[in-house]
Amino acid sequence: MRHLLSAADLDLAQATSILDLAEEMQQVQSRPVKKLPALRGRTIVNIFFEDSTRTRTSFEIAGKWLSADTINVSAKGSSVSKGESLRDTMLTLDAMGVDAFVIRHSSSGAAAQAAGWVKAQVVNAGDGQHEHPTQALLDAYSMRQHFRTLGDPGEFAGKRIAIVGDLLHSRVVRSNVLLQRTLGGEVVLVAPPTLLPTGIDSWGCEVTSDFDAVLDSCDIVMMLRVQRERMAGGFFPTEREYTERYGLTEERLAALKPGAGICHPGPMNRGVEISSAAADAANSLVLEQVAAGVAIRMSVLYHLLGSDEGAMK
Amino acid sequence: MTANSTHLLIAGATLADGGRADLYLADGVLADPTSAPEGVERFDADGLLALPGLVDLHTHLREPGREDAETVDSGTAAAARGGFTCVHAMANTDPVTDTAEAAEYVAGLGERTGHCEVRVVGAVTKRLAGEELAELGLMAASGAGVRVFSDDGRCVNDPLLMRRALSYVKAFDGVIAQHSQDPRLAGPGACCHESEWSGLLGLPGWPSQAESVVVARDVQLAELTDSRVHVCHVSTAESVDVIRWAKKRGIKVTAEVTPHHLLLDTPLVAGYDTTFKVNPPLRTSEHLEAVREALADGTIDAVGTDHAPHARQDKDHPFDVALPGMLGLEQALGVVVEVMVNSGRMDWATLVERMSSAPARIGGVAGQGRPLLTGEPANLVLVDPSARAVVDAAASASRARNNPYHGRDLPDPVVATFWRGRITHRR
Repeated sequence: MRHLLSAADLDLAQATSILDLAEEMQQVQSRPVKKLPALRGRTIVNIFFEDSTRTRTSFEIAGKWLSADTINVSAKGSSVSKGESLRDTMLTLDAMGVDAFVIRHSSSGAAAQAAGWVKAQVVNAGDGQHEHPTQALLDAYSMRQHFRTLGDPGEFAGKRIAIVGDLLHSRVVRSNVLLQRTLGGEVVLVAPPTLLPTGIDSWGCEVTSDFDAVLDSCDIVMMLRVQRERMAGGFFPTEREYTERYGLTEERLAALKPGAGICHPGPMNRGVEISSAAADAANSLVLEQVAAGVAIRMSVLYHLLGSDEGAMK
Repeated sequence: MTANSTHLLIAGATLADGGRADLYLADGVLADPTSAPEGVERFDADGLLALPGLVDLHTHLREPGREDAETVDSGTAAAARGGFTCVHAMANTDPVTDTAEAAEYVAGLGERTGHCEVRVVGAVTKRLAGEELAELGLMAASGAGVRVFSDDGRCVNDPLLMRRALSYVKAFDGVIAQHSQDPRLAGPGACCHESEWSGLLGLPGWPSQAESVVVARDVQLAELTDSRVHVCHVSTAESVDVIRWAKKRGIKVTAEVTPHHLLLDTPLVAGYDTTFKVNPPLRTSEHLEAVREALADGTIDAVGTDHAPHARQDKDHPFDVALPGMLGLEQALGVVVEVMVNSGRMDWATLVERMSSAPARIGGVAGQGRPLLTGEPANLVLVDPSARAVVDAAASASRARNNPYHGRDLPDPVVATFWRGRITHRR
């Protein structure tokens, strides 16, 4: 595989291989000296057209621990306002001899467009409201670890994963749905009807606007950030009402299936979509997800750029 | 035959109704073929159809303002290659065509550099801002003789202003050509037909109802004012239903469909290729079927290309940022032949009505869209109904390359185009 643009790019063997290698990579994180020589001499440009402290930092650390030369480029602000097209921006950097681009952009499809223009390999680090494949991989990694701590072999078949919140504007939900289609988990999508994407019935998932009805049947509950500007858009009336109907409140926390893991891609709006009781609960995987982010991105970069066996090229 | 040939006998052409005829082009008009002198230059049209020159109600020529994307010269050259002898230059240039002086400037460009007749479309509102009426009457009375008014690219959204515009243009038999797009239901970011595809691709949706609610309002305002409204680029089944209802009621509504909305569908945007970004967006197959049926039965009166050339740098942006629009003049006839004629939905006589007579009538263009009879202006196109070719975007008379048909095998029917008796294109 040349690029990672969509979670749908991965077949079961590739997805499993990325998750498995990430476990080895995570062990590196606990060593006093964290550097591996795997990508020595390779150049990775993290080009972020949109701010993201968490994703950019974890890609940067992942590249550095693999000994790649990692350069961060902040290209915030539309290329239109600078008078340069996205294509010219990408071709300019590509001409410097970059091996891979990690691209974050506020426009859906930007990473796919870039992959069509440049010689370098491309990792999609989030494109608009479309996809965020490494987020879905780190979510799957954290879920699998969680299942194992419960004495489970860590298979996704038979597991129910609820994804709750602003599904319409979420790149996380699309990548998770596509990845779980490959891994075998059953995804339940929960949102007010105003925040359900058109055509969601064809995604092969259970779809509901009744959060309470699925609380006790899910093995994972993933809460998505809800943004205040959605109120102005008329998607829901008030934060209070949103929390009442779709928040993971203390009451709903108590109604979850015992051992159910709680995920959130962050940053969290405590008191809106997730209560502090849920965010800090023993079965909250929020910090595990962050830690998994570095390991997964090391694994993805290695699979794409590593020249040894296991490389996906 | 030379470009300034003024006397020419087109021998043995087939007409749209199936009959055969010789056509004698003399001094810009069709003369009695038996009066052609011996030794006059001949064009053997055996096996070719002779049709009245095509008329486009909806063309973006970009001059003045964006001559890097298109000029009146290059755009009308593309029109001639497509078999057109008349185009309507949309008002959204820079400066906007919203005064008599601006209209006369564009008309003058057409006279000096055009390869076909250039009719000027005037803006409905000043600067296309949707707030105050432009000087509609002065544009109508100007040398440009404007009859079609449109804020195309933007919708005249204020219902009271739309009512006033419809009412006002009755004084000079004008027509308001509306870009039907509710700006709240389909805002500036909307760029993908709202459907399973917009959901999967994460692109802001443009629901078909954002078009049809405006069409429904406007036909009722046309009824209220007893005036003429023309619906630009109809793209949805719901709009077709509304127009069909309005026509049955006797409301003076006409409508056009673009070649791309007849042929190209939403899944083409799945690769985020901005060539396929257009406004209104490419729709799904049920909408394509509805507009095809409507064009066949006359609910949609005309084909309008919405030829929208753009410079490369305005397309090389993320999908939601890139400018919308695609070329259309050169492939319009080929697309209509493929979708409507070769499929058996429409005969050649109906095609002439939809691509020549009706648009000329709607635009109030005398001397265009006329039958090929002695005494009529010599505006015609010779067509090889069986010719096909793979479209090459680089082989275009347009300055722009945003051709959505690139690489497609399509009918390539235009053999030669004659405007005012002069040959403006020959294959």
